[in-house]
Amino acid sequence: MMSLFRNLFCSSLGKKYLMAGSGAVMFLFVIGHLAGNLQIFLGPEAINRYGHFLQANVELLWPVRIVLLAIIALHIWAAAKLTLENRAARPQAYAQWQPTAATYASRTMMMSGIIVAVFIVYHLLHYTVMVKAVNLTGKDFDARPEFFDAQGRHDIYKMMVTGFQQWPVSIFYLVGVGLLCFHLSHGISAMFQSLGWKKRAYGECLDCGAKWAAALIFLGYSSIPVAILSRWIQ
Amino acid sequence: MNLTLKVWRQKDARTEGRLVTYQAPNVMPDMSFLEMLDVLNEDLIAKGEEPIAFDSDCREGICGTCSMIINGLAHGGMRGTTVCQLHMRHFRDGETIVIEPWRARAFPVLKDLITDRSAFDRIIQAGGFVSVNTGGAPDANALPIGRIEADTAMDAAACIGCGACVAACKNASAMLFVAAKVSHLAALPQGQIEREQRVLGMVKAMDEAGFGNCTVTGSCEAVCPKEISLDFIARLNREYGKAILKNTFPPAGKGGD
Repeated sequence: MMSLFRNLFCSSLGKKYLMAGSGAVMFLFVIGHLAGNLQIFLGPEAINRYGHFLQANVELLWPVRIVLLAIIALHIWAAAKLTLENRAARPQAYAQWQPTAATYASRTMMMSGIIVAVFIVYHLLHYTVMVKAVNLTGKDFDARPEFFDAQGRHDIYKMMVTGFQQWPVSIFYLVGVGLLCFHLSHGISAMFQSLGWKKRAYGECLDCGAKWAAALIFLGYSSIPVAILSRWIQ
Repeated sequence: MNLTLKVWRQKDARTEGRLVTYQAPNVMPDMSFLEMLDVLNEDLIAKGEEPIAFDSDCREGICGTCSMIINGLAHGGMRGTTVCQLHMRHFRDGETIVIEPWRARAFPVLKDLITDRSAFDRIIQAGGFVSVNTGGAPDANALPIGRIEADTAMDAAACIGCGACVAACKNASAMLFVAAKVSHLAALPQGQIEREQRVLGMVKAMDEAGFGNCTVTGSCEAVCPKEISLDFIARLNREYGKAILKNTFPPAGKGGD
């Protein structure tokens, strides 16, 4: 058992398994979170009920939160370690260098990842921890009775509409999810490759599917601030 | 053709190197890249200067000895071509060409364009072999091998170990080389005995040599003169995963650690 952990945490391939495995969990979360958020298009009743369902089940909510945070930490640790090793592997740079065949997304995973991490911290402070200072509205999203509906549930609908009506917040959100999806356009198929689940028969399908999945996720997430800023949802 | 060459000159492993500019007049378009350097070296020797040191052997694209980065591209960037098979007709008259050695911590520069690629030898020593009983050669038809397995093994065995994959990778990763060697033997019945130990040993030797990690950019596959596919890296990842699991949870009746 010790050797399994040693191989996972110390070998180059093992760290890539951790990277891919943690990425896979976060990818599934991104899809689930999108499905939850899109309920805003069904009106206040649907999304407030959903929000209440999540927040009321503390025994489920906190274990899920802790596991997700641990997985993010693992993804960041593996990324940092792998990047440092990669830098050390070429101490002297080429005088002239042309990247061959590599997509821009594949060469900038670290940078897109760092910006997405900063966005996630802001996003959590904005809507989860509800720090008044970062939402730019001057309102407290946790204030009673302003942000609670008739049934006494947290008014997620009103919070989202108020939050995204701030255009700087919405723009940062669009940049954040844009880079997340750019990260995923390489990450989804690379995850299959790193775990050894990519084969010639469906490899091209997977590369293409990853880009489509990333594009659809971006459309899904970006539709919310766009709908709010354009007063379609208010 | 008249060309301007900027060539990496480095006296030995301990000395700092630099790019030195040379003029190469009267280059014939049908010369190979190495023949062009041979002619330049004859000029340098006639002038009493030190000729440019570079590796070459078969000069027909099968030994994997020649190795240089030309204008930022491993082996000059022609698909499926080693430097010795690259011809001057692919360059423009009056062009400036920058020539550098492979750059990786695991491939230290020995002199000018020559690097020490013995890290690859250490990886092969760690598992790139099969154990066979000595004695008379077995009959060729005594061990039938399926067409798909034979083709897969042959595709992987095409690797000539030149190191272009490492040179072109932004992380100086040797994954494509190791993937080809592991996949070659894992596809064949003769390679089954050491199957798990091979992949564990070769990955360990790869990590110890100081190569980087694979970020699936696909540069290695694009520059490989033998066009080894990225699919073999997925196969290596699969082999390694199975090996560490088998090592930890050995099948019933077998020992593990």
